Amino acid sequence: MNALLEMRGISKHFTGVKALSGVDLTVAPGEIHALVGENGAGKSTLMKVLSGVHPHGSYEGAILFDSEERRFRDINDSEALGIIIIHQELALIPLMSIAENIFLTDPPARFGIIDRSAVHRRARELLAKVGLDENPDTLVTNIGVGKQQLVEIAKALSKKVRLLILDEPTASLSEKDSAALLDLLLEFKAQGIASILISHKLNEVSRVADRITVLRDGRTVDTMDCSAGAVEEDRIIRSMVDRDLEHRYPKREPTASGTAIGETIFKVRDWSVFHPLHADRQVIRNVDFEVKRGEIVGIAGLMGAGRTEFAMSIFGRSWGQKIAGQVEIEGRPVDLSTVRRAVDAGLAYVTEDRKQLGLLLADDIRKNITLANLPAVAPASVIDDVRELKVAADYRARMRIRSHSVYQETGKLSGGNQQKVVLSKWLFTDPKVLILDEPTRGIDVGAKYEIYCIINELADAGKAVIVISSEMPELIGICDRICVMNEGAFVGEFPGPDCTQEKIMRAIMRHTNRAKEGERP
Amino acid sequence: MSEAALPEKPRHTGFLKNNLREYGMMISLFAIMIFFEVVTGGTLLRPLNLTNLVLQNSYIVIMALGMLLVIVTGHIDLSVGSVAGFVGAVAAVLIVKFGLDWITATLLCLLLGAAIGAAQGYWVAYFKIPSFIVTLAGMLVFKGLALAILAGQSVGPFPPAFQKLSSGFIPELVPDAGTLYPTSLAIGALLALALVWQNFRSRARQESHGIETEPYGFFLLKNVVFFAVIVYFAYLIASHRGLPNVLVIMTALVALYGFMTTRTVIGRQIYAVGGNEKAAKLSGIKTERLTFLTFVNMGVLAALAGLIFAARLNTATPKAGLGFELDVIAACFIGGASAYGGVGRVGGAVIGALIMGVMNNGMSILGIGIDYQQVIKGLVLLGAVCLDVYNQKRG
Repeated sequence: MNALLEMRGISKHFTGVKALSGVDLTVAPGEIHALVGENGAGKSTLMKVLSGVHPHGSYEGAILFDSEERRFRDINDSEALGIIIIHQELALIPLMSIAENIFLTDPPARFGIIDRSAVHRRARELLAKVGLDENPDTLVTNIGVGKQQLVEIAKALSKKVRLLILDEPTASLSEKDSAALLDLLLEFKAQGIASILISHKLNEVSRVADRITVLRDGRTVDTMDCSAGAVEEDRIIRSMVDRDLEHRYPKREPTASGTAIGETIFKVRDWSVFHPLHADRQVIRNVDFEVKRGEIVGIAGLMGAGRTEFAMSIFGRSWGQKIAGQVEIEGRPVDLSTVRRAVDAGLAYVTEDRKQLGLLLADDIRKNITLANLPAVAPASVIDDVRELKVAADYRARMRIRSHSVYQETGKLSGGNQQKVVLSKWLFTDPKVLILDEPTRGIDVGAKYEIYCIINELADAGKAVIVISSEMPELIGICDRICVMNEGAFVGEFPGPDCTQEKIMRAIMRHTNRAKEGERP
Repeated sequence: MSEAALPEKPRHTGFLKNNLREYGMMISLFAIMIFFEVVTGGTLLRPLNLTNLVLQNSYIVIMALGMLLVIVTGHIDLSVGSVAGFVGAVAAVLIVKFGLDWITATLLCLLLGAAIGAAQGYWVAYFKIPSFIVTLAGMLVFKGLALAILAGQSVGPFPPAFQKLSSGFIPELVPDAGTLYPTSLAIGALLALALVWQNFRSRARQESHGIETEPYGFFLLKNVVFFAVIVYFAYLIASHRGLPNVLVIMTALVALYGFMTTRTVIGRQIYAVGGNEKAAKLSGIKTERLTFLTFVNMGVLAALAGLIFAARLNTATPKAGLGFELDVIAACFIGGASAYGGVGRVGGAVIGALIMGVMNNGMSILGIGIDYQQVIKGLVLLGAVCLDVYNQKRG
């Protein structure tokens, strides 16, 4: 069978940097082809070349689609052939309806007047195809991220897609939504639609992919065929990072490293929070929570379990209303009513959304690192630029932030390096208790390992570390203790080494079922 | 913390490119001045005209300082012209009608400006009402109030002491010095020396810590040009009637705000609010309070500008301040501030204001009507911002 798409020897330079050199990629009709590689390996650049964002002439090499050479001038050219790309950051307009979004560029119209009933009818058909049970008139802002992703796919289907490119489609989805999305890809495959799936989640990749191409430093390093049987995740990781990761998680031996886990230093009592808009909806239900000195505690749970809400409500009441409860740090009750007070009390919260809530993307590394603790580099409120530079350079070296200098804009760093900048910012406040919310979201395997090492070092230095993560293997790999949250309550607790994904899921299911039974006495 | 070795070595490659924007703006200003100097046959830089240029534009520069901060936080203030006019009117009523002494009246007026800024900033900062709407309302309200308290009439004249605020000159220490005012010249020269000395000192300090600096030849040239230009302007000013009081106030304010925005914690925090308000808030910065304070500050500076303008006209008229907001906002954007917040420098805003001022003045000398003056100014604003956006994309 002829290949649907063939990219031959693609090379692409940006000023001074070689982003791609001689990359080959072949996609057969009806194939699910996974594209993996560390951040900065060139996956997104390759897809931009394919979709015409980088037009013909700005790269070397050839693109063949249906065995014919194509020279895309812009994204319209590639879309005309049925190559549709869905970016990681969804391109939906929040205050328009689902139907309006689906037919944004090319609505069914007669003489330029939009045929509303046709829009509605066809939107319903497309939504049925992707398995989304929503009214097409619902505003996109009112549905969850998982459903928004499905709307994007419906939008792609409206354009007679032949090759669907998904860039990290499941990065912000719950397990359930991710599974549904992957099933949808398999369904498309049955209909003869090929897809290219870019993902960091290797378990998903090995589940659905027919072939896997690994990119490293702008080159194709390996293409694996999965038809003979699933490819081991370790093999993928090895070719991604070019080193044998004996373990994906660093060794954690709190007693061996000198500082044993100590006394309880962070204590939350009877914490309750209500939804900021719906005052009668209790999101956090009178929970208790404790962390010891030098301990890493994971909070597991599904999307919407209330983990981020719990953390942010503690951190200076940044989320919710009618917040009640007590917090003690090192045995003393502390006032956490504003972010400033929380920081002063020794609390730090590293957000799950580093671009929107964590960084000043237009500012350099230096300014970001000192932002939460400016007085430390500013005697008498005047910034000492030399002292500031030293602090920034010190963290850049310690955290191994890869950049040409501390004057580099954080918006131009890779995800892993951005996360290290955010971590540096909070370490510079010298916190006693650190809450890390999805600390490895959207960053590559190598950088993840480095983040895990940093977390270990923090715990060894006697800090209480709380890790919120949707990736259960990660929690099991790095935590001393895992607390399971569901519907705003803690429903289970396991020592890290003994914990399994099954145990966590069982705890969640048991609680959910009990809650449902409680509703129907 | 440990004394980490600094990995940054002095590198010059990126420096000129990174700072092209600053210098580009300054070079544009000089180019425009030289252009008008030539086409007006040397009238632009005559001592009398230069002094007038300063007096005419001082209130725009002063308001641009406040506006820059407002724009950096991601907001806008459309009411400044009306507020300036209203405060001038209040001053006239207090001094001329009620016979209040001018010092008390001035202080009361500045307080009034702060109160007006607070009233508007309150809605913007704490109620999240778009500043465009709040200050549009303020623009109408204070324009109306100015009309009301003046009862549609001009009120004046002011006592001579108050007029000095705008049309006075610093006292000459050397009696009978002839046509050149040595004190003013000396102050100008000292200022230039101090600036150059400060530049050398901070360069030495940066070099000793391995911070990236500009190429030495360029640095030297820059300082020579700075020194020469300042001394030359001081000479021109000194050969008319000496330093105007307004120029002293203005220079002091520019220095203060320049320092505040680049070197202090509060300055850094204001930029952080404009850069990413949510991230700033989660870093413990009191974003609402800072936004509120930038509006209070704007109110005070608008009041000061209103007083200076009233003192200059020697009367408060219902039309005072009309359209000032446009010049002030244009100055900030010509000076490189971003409409999205987080970006903009005091130096840029001042240069932007001076570019507008020189163009106004030059075109008036040439006898270009007010109609085409506006057309040209509008195009310059658009051109400057387009060029800036283009440069950023390319960079």
